[in-house]
Amino acid sequence: MIFHPPILALIGASGLSAVVLGGAGLFAGRLLAGWDPTNGSERQIGLEKTTHLVSTVVAFVLTLEAASLVLFAFNADRMAPLFVGAMCAVGTLNASVWGFPTLWAKIAVFFAAFVWLAVDRVDLRARDWALIRPKYAGLLILAPLVLAEAGFELAYFLDLKADTITSCCGKLFGEDKPALGGDLAALDPRVALWALGAALVAAIGLGFGARRRRWAAVALGPVALAAFGVAIAAVISAIAPYVYEQPHHHCPFCILKREYGHVGFALYLPLFVATGAGLAAAIVAALPGTTTSRATIRTAIGGLAKTSAIGFTLFGAIAAALVWRSGLALIG
Amino acid sequence: MRAAFERRRHLVDFAVGSLARHPTKNLGLVVTYALVVFLVGSVMLYGSAIRREAAAMLSSGPEITAQAMVMGRHDMSTSADVAALKGLRGVRRIEPRLWGYLWDSAGAANYTLMVPPPSDAAHAVGKGEAIVGEGVARARKLKPGAMLFLVSPSGKFLKTRVKSILSSDSALVSSDLVLVEEADFRAFFELPADVWTDVAITVTNPREVTTVAEKAALKLPRHRFVTRADMSRTAEALFSWREGLTLALLAGALVAFAILAFDKASGLSAEERREIGILKAIGWETGDVIALKLVEGGLVSGVAFLVGVIGAWAHVRFFAAGLFAPVLEGWSTLYPRFPLAPSIDALEIATLAALTVAPFTAAILVPVWRTATADPDAVMR
Amino acid sequence: MITLEQVTKVFNQGRHNEVAAVRGVDLTIGDGRVTVLRGPSGSGKTTLLTVIGCLARPTTGRIRIDGEMVSGLPERFLNEVRRRTFGFVFQRFNLIRGLSARDNVMLPAYPTGRPHRALIDQAEGLLDRFGLADRASLSVEHLSGGEAQRVAIARALINDPAVIVADEPTASLDGERVAQFLAIAEDLKRAGKTVLITSHDPRITAAPLVDALVTMADGRIVEASP
Ligand SMILES: Nc1ncnc2c1ncn2[C@@H]1O[C@H](COP(=O)(O)OP(=O)(O)OP(=O)(O)O)[C@@H](O)[C@H]1O
Ligand SMILES: [Mg+2]
Repeated sequence: MIFHPPILALIGASGLSAVVLGGAGLFAGRLLAGWDPTNGSERQIGLEKTTHLVSTVVAFVLTLEAASLVLFAFNADRMAPLFVGAMCAVGTLNASVWGFPTLWAKIAVFFAAFVWLAVDRVDLRARDWALIRPKYAGLLILAPLVLAEAGFELAYFLDLKADTITSCCGKLFGEDKPALGGDLAALDPRVALWALGAALVAAIGLGFGARRRRWAAVALGPVALAAFGVAIAAVISAIAPYVYEQPHHHCPFCILKREYGHVGFALYLPLFVATGAGLAAAIVAALPGTTTSRATIRTAIGGLAKTSAIGFTLFGAIAAALVWRSGLALIG
Repeated sequence: MRAAFERRRHLVDFAVGSLARHPTKNLGLVVTYALVVFLVGSVMLYGSAIRREAAAMLSSGPEITAQAMVMGRHDMSTSADVAALKGLRGVRRIEPRLWGYLWDSAGAANYTLMVPPPSDAAHAVGKGEAIVGEGVARARKLKPGAMLFLVSPSGKFLKTRVKSILSSDSALVSSDLVLVEEADFRAFFELPADVWTDVAITVTNPREVTTVAEKAALKLPRHRFVTRADMSRTAEALFSWREGLTLALLAGALVAFAILAFDKASGLSAEERREIGILKAIGWETGDVIALKLVEGGLVSGVAFLVGVIGAWAHVRFFAAGLFAPVLEGWSTLYPRFPLAPSIDALEIATLAALTVAPFTAAILVPVWRTATADPDAVMR
Repeated sequence: MITLEQVTKVFNQGRHNEVAAVRGVDLTIGDGRVTVLRGPSGSGKTTLLTVIGCLARPTTGRIRIDGEMVSGLPERFLNEVRRRTFGFVFQRFNLIRGLSARDNVMLPAYPTGRPHRALIDQAEGLLDRFGLADRASLSVEHLSGGEAQRVAIARALINDPAVIVADEPTASLDGERVAQFLAIAEDLKRAGKTVLITSHDPRITAAPLVDALVTMADGRIVEASP
């Protein structure tokens, strides 16, 4: 274990999230067992009161997890000098087998908490507790996810030792490397950018169309997820090299560095929000609502889908600006 | 949209008014809160300033240092060793170095005696001259032109005139330095003419450091080759570790603070309870009251965090973190006295917030919710 | 129109100190009328008032306001209905000390998100109507009992509710103030508001403006006229 202040902060944050959501998960079980809004018993009133607490703490955890995701990436970059062969976050993450699983888990928690909160906000606008059961069933998925993330992160930081020999982005995202990173790096930038354009157009189109057509909202989920994947691939294959102005530097983490004006954050933030909102819109649309709340739910879906569309548009615009501004010419 | 905005504005207005109506209520909390931020912030800012300092110092050192080893312990290198390294490809310069430690009983401190390498013209010293670090000058009250007497462990005297005092740019490392001429050094420590403390190797292409070190190791199997990356890694690890350890010690204070915040948020005065009951009875929702209380908590956090961070910054900048410096630097008697440049970056602010604001917020969530779910019909009785 | 069907309210359900404060009440409260709930102390008047006014959920039974079922609505919407429908005047006025009369009057409108400027104008208009224009900026702890009650009434009216609910409004007032309160109630009635009052004060129960008298005992309605 390396005693490093951000590490202490990260462990503290994920520990807190795990405790809070562990409690919320237990409550979800009780709620699903005894929910009956037509009843005015003290038990029901108690459950209703506690839903306010759960909404508040999950919002707190989402904030904490979003900050912790950024802090995690930032800190991994900052800790690179501690490891032999590490030049950026990739080296630090590779210094333990738990590094990348922790990152994936953190991203998964971010999306899951985002979706849950979005569903919660929609449910609060429905007059008849339309989504309360699916919402609390969802909490039973979110809670173990947060616990797993906390576990991965703890394992990662306990496993991390200074002087570990690790491999960095040049190895992982080298064009001649057999791993997935290598494949993505070797992807023709022209293909990657076209694919990105197509995925963004599809997601944005569905996003703006979801208000009137339910199928569009449902389809937005997988399309947003696919657009997220294609966007990451495009960053590795083309956008990152454009930022570095080096055709063979493909790292999707180095763009977070100060040398490149932290431009990665500007790129990833709209992408994450867009993907989260798209998933949320699809899940709300796919859930069986009630007839009385149909109009409210449809408005809410429209809002989420629009957020998603705007996020993808922003991502596309920033990516295009980076390619435009670059002195590099990857595509003749 | 506009209604939601107005609603929020009313909430913030009311929260500010509520804090203003009970000005002393949160004073103790804000002071404690700011103190916690100050303590944690000082440790972090000082730690990062010192790490930056160490990194700056290392960047001016040699890329590879070769040390002779005998039975796992450091030994002197010989002129023959130096000659063996000559002609290695990719090497720009090979400089044997002479340096050693001296316990000075008069100043009750350890000095590092060193012969400046020939390539360092700026710090060249003549026979009978010395250039001293800022810490030495302070301990012995030296000014340029003053005389400095040193006594070796075997009782030999060295009498030198102080030529100049090292500027404090990298004071953390040079603070205890005494630069003397080679013949003076050998005579003082009674060293034969052809031995050296270690050998500094400068490489032509920085990317080939590892290769050069490996090749050199083949030529001098009994030497250890330490690269600059190794050293900066060690320094980084050491300072981070100390900083983390100090923070871990402060964890007790953080927990105590969270308990205080929890207690404060749970133990509302009768007056506040009444106010919240009234708000709920006249039509405020649970969510409104939670938001109100969180805005209040946010204002408290904001003020305390700002005060604490500014305090910590001043503590490091103007008082060189007088409270923590001994723990973070090590236990040398010769602390450097130089203005540290704490630079506050996003990582540090985020970490500091995660260590202070997050526990505070977490601690007040449940009490706030309890307060907010009070039954609105309670004010009827 | 507010209708109650078989409404009960039980406190501390299932515990040794269980109290059935309201037991199986059926009641209709007509629009634009002044209704008074009376009965001995502990008979459940205040409890029934809180249930009708959506301050508390009935344990069982149904409540409809203008046809909409409100028992079982999530808190958020119950509150919306409550803000729109009811204005409360509490026995002990329950003004927030340290705030001006104007700010107190504006408080119930905050969650509606109406613009600040409009609220100020509206609050000052109401205070003016009750002869308190010069007291608007005064902190409420400096007001006399009668003035405080009128501020409380102004506060009850800020969201322009259809029903004004008052619990024991005259318990702490002398004869002249009671007359003043009745005058205001008369005014409200004339403006088309429904007024619902609990009281065992004969100065109220015998007042000519009362349209309906409901008598409670032991959590039940024993007499309703007409
Ligand atoms: N929160 C509560 N918990 C337990 N018991 C309660 C609660 N509120 C009221 N009660 C009980 O319910 C019964 C009815 O009370 P309520 O206040 O409605 O009577 P009331 O008719 O308004 O009396 P009064 O004329 O004295 O105001 C009483 O026995 C009271 O003790
Ligand atoms: Mg009563």
